[in-house]
Amino acid sequence: MEVAQQEILTQAPAKETTKVSGSVALLEALIAEGVDTIFGYPGGAIMPIYDALYDYNDKLNHILVRHEQGGTHAGQGYARTSGKVGVVFATSGPGATNLVTGLADAQIDSTPLVCITGQVFAHLLGTDAFQETDVINITTPVTKWNYQVTDANEIPEVIAKAFYIAKSGRPGPVLIDITKNAQIQLFDYEGYTKCNHIRSYRPKPIVRMQYIEQAAALINQAKKPFILFGQGVLLGSAEQEFKAFVEKSGIPAAWTILGAGAIPTGHPLNVGMLGMHGNYGPNVLTNDCDVLIAIGMRFDDRVTGRLDKYAKQAKVIHLDIDPAEIDKNVKTTVPVWGDCKETLPLLTALVEEKQHTEWVKLFNEYTRKEVEAVIHDELNPTSGEMTMGEVIKQLNDLTHGEAIIVTDVGQHQMVACRYAQFNKTRSNVTSGGLGTMGFALPAAIGAKYGAQDRTVVAIIGDGGFQMTCQELGTIMQSGVDVKIIILNNRFLGMVRQWQELFNERRYSFVDIQSPDFVALAAAYRIPGKCIAEREDLQGALKEMLDNKGSFLLEVLVTKENNVFPMVPQGCSVSEIRLK
Amino acid sequence: MSNEETIQQEYNITIYTENQVGLLNRIAIIFTRRKINIDSLNTSPSEIESIHRFNIVITESEEVVRKLTRQIEKQVEVLKVYYHTNEDVIWQELALYKVSTDVIAEKVSVERLLRENGARAVVIRKDYTVFETTGHREETDNLINILQPFGLIEFVRSARVAIIKDSEGFNSKLREFERLEPGEEVIENEYLNKGSKVFTM
Repeated sequence: MEVAQQEILTQAPAKETTKVSGSVALLEALIAEGVDTIFGYPGGAIMPIYDALYDYNDKLNHILVRHEQGGTHAGQGYARTSGKVGVVFATSGPGATNLVTGLADAQIDSTPLVCITGQVFAHLLGTDAFQETDVINITTPVTKWNYQVTDANEIPEVIAKAFYIAKSGRPGPVLIDITKNAQIQLFDYEGYTKCNHIRSYRPKPIVRMQYIEQAAALINQAKKPFILFGQGVLLGSAEQEFKAFVEKSGIPAAWTILGAGAIPTGHPLNVGMLGMHGNYGPNVLTNDCDVLIAIGMRFDDRVTGRLDKYAKQAKVIHLDIDPAEIDKNVKTTVPVWGDCKETLPLLTALVEEKQHTEWVKLFNEYTRKEVEAVIHDELNPTSGEMTMGEVIKQLNDLTHGEAIIVTDVGQHQMVACRYAQFNKTRSNVTSGGLGTMGFALPAAIGAKYGAQDRTVVAIIGDGGFQMTCQELGTIMQSGVDVKIIILNNRFLGMVRQWQELFNERRYSFVDIQSPDFVALAAAYRIPGKCIAEREDLQGALKEMLDNKGSFLLEVLVTKENNVFPMVPQGCSVSEIRLK
Repeated sequence: MSNEETIQQEYNITIYTENQVGLLNRIAIIFTRRKINIDSLNTSPSEIESIHRFNIVITESEEVVRKLTRQIEKQVEVLKVYYHTNEDVIWQELALYKVSTDVIAEKVSVERLLRENGARAVVIRKDYTVFETTGHREETDNLINILQPFGLIEFVRSARVAIIKDSEGFNSKLREFERLEPGEEVIENEYLNKGSKVFTM
């Protein structure tokens, strides 16, 4: 192991200021930014920072993860439930490259993260030194901003910029790479000043009143207006403003999976989920509405299906903080640039108070059809093996929609998002844009640290669980209270579903074997249970929820269930299939 | 989408940025991510030392170019992005030609051809002479063809630089921007090649 002794670069003795190391300046910066939790993993090139952290144990709670990817997902979970910036530490080389999946996930899902990576000494850059990798260039496409520090004097200002950039405007991940010499270097520390302005960076576009007026005019004339809302409402902390807009305008509103919970699931104007496995009405009626009002969402292809057959009849109003999203996928009639926390109240003031009774009724009719064709049997089967849906329904009944639900990626994710009840905002944590299997377990750990007074339930498939199950070690050591439900269908279910529907049941490498999950949890001293019978479900869920501390519940569900409705790839949203 | 928006043609993308390490990569990957070839790229300080100006030429449809410019403008250290068709800019490329001085001296026709093509001698030595022209691609290409039979030794051409026809007030706005809030100095790695003097390990 390399041990850095001392930096012997002579510095001219200047006026009397506090001399601190770059590492101490970093930790002071984190405290000044209100950071309480760090997810990280030490290593050679970040050792000076960890050495300084030794003395900050009372102020900064460091959670030792089992893999740096888990660190980023935990940071994401923390950010999503707390609304604060998630902080992750990793060392150079493999530590840094392990961050990439989490950074990409945070970038596409606009999650604020500040990742600090150690780097080899500045004089070794480019020499293929031990554990040297070009982390700045590797992470450039998956970060909102990144920067390499080679001199400790830069640290306070750079960290201030990092937090400002990560959380302002459309949030995103920031990576700061700090060479080892800068971590060790003593410099004249003049305190920490937060950043609230960068001359080249405009986090929010200027709100233009004429667009608000045009949007209001379109809405007031509309007979069949329809709201699509996304995570922008949550990121802008605009839940109240959004609710006021929906209720005054009386417009039915449907959500993208990252927008779930912006208004409660049970709200009469919340008509359900959009997209490939969303609800029937919202998909079909997208091609029937006359004005489409998109709020803080980005028309992902999983939401729009075939673009040339998407809402062609409608005038489109798009509210977004990121000007690059306007007209990116769907041509906008009226672009309402800005933070929806500011634009929504302006719009609400100008829209007429209305009730679109007949139009809302139409959504309810589609819901009835969907309940008959899909939902009823999924949630209330009386014979055969258990379904994923009934597990979610039972969970709703026991948590009353108050829990934070963290999901992985695949069939269980779609089922959980479709059927979970969310009474509160910031309750649905999932990997939306990137679709990262292995996200849920570490994200649930972070989610709990971000909202310690709430129940956190991770719902994970048997495939995804095995991608990051080493984080059970993090749960064991930290003692964090995370309830884990594995919905085990002994398949990589979503791929299997596609192979069944589109590849003539050629089940190519989707038959996955699993370890004894309960025994695995037990090895980490986490209690668990595996159930296969319907009659055991409620009791087992209760046992899990009542258990003090983490618990792993494995539920064996039907092997070959499909998630419906479904908009097949390449089809229009109105071609959604119920079976 | 109108037809005009989908027709591919050359677009001149003008980008004002901070002068920071790594920014060239951040901008370049916006093109490479979409597998768009950069036809020409010029970057250097603008009239303000701390503000760089990029001129990038690509062949694409307006629809694509508009989306690209928004993605570029979204980058934290990018100040402003414009895009223009060739009709909206005046552009030049600089070309240097190295030829044998003997050939020039012997063949009167060469000198005439050079003059006709607006070439200017930059360096004249006993063994070779370097000429310079500026112009559009066809013009600088033309002189290559002319000099080829007379023993062209080396040729190099710069990226395109373009001035926007409708750019009233650019310079004064830029200066005012810098005056209100001066740019930060670029910090480079000062330790390269100093390893043995700086650290003990």
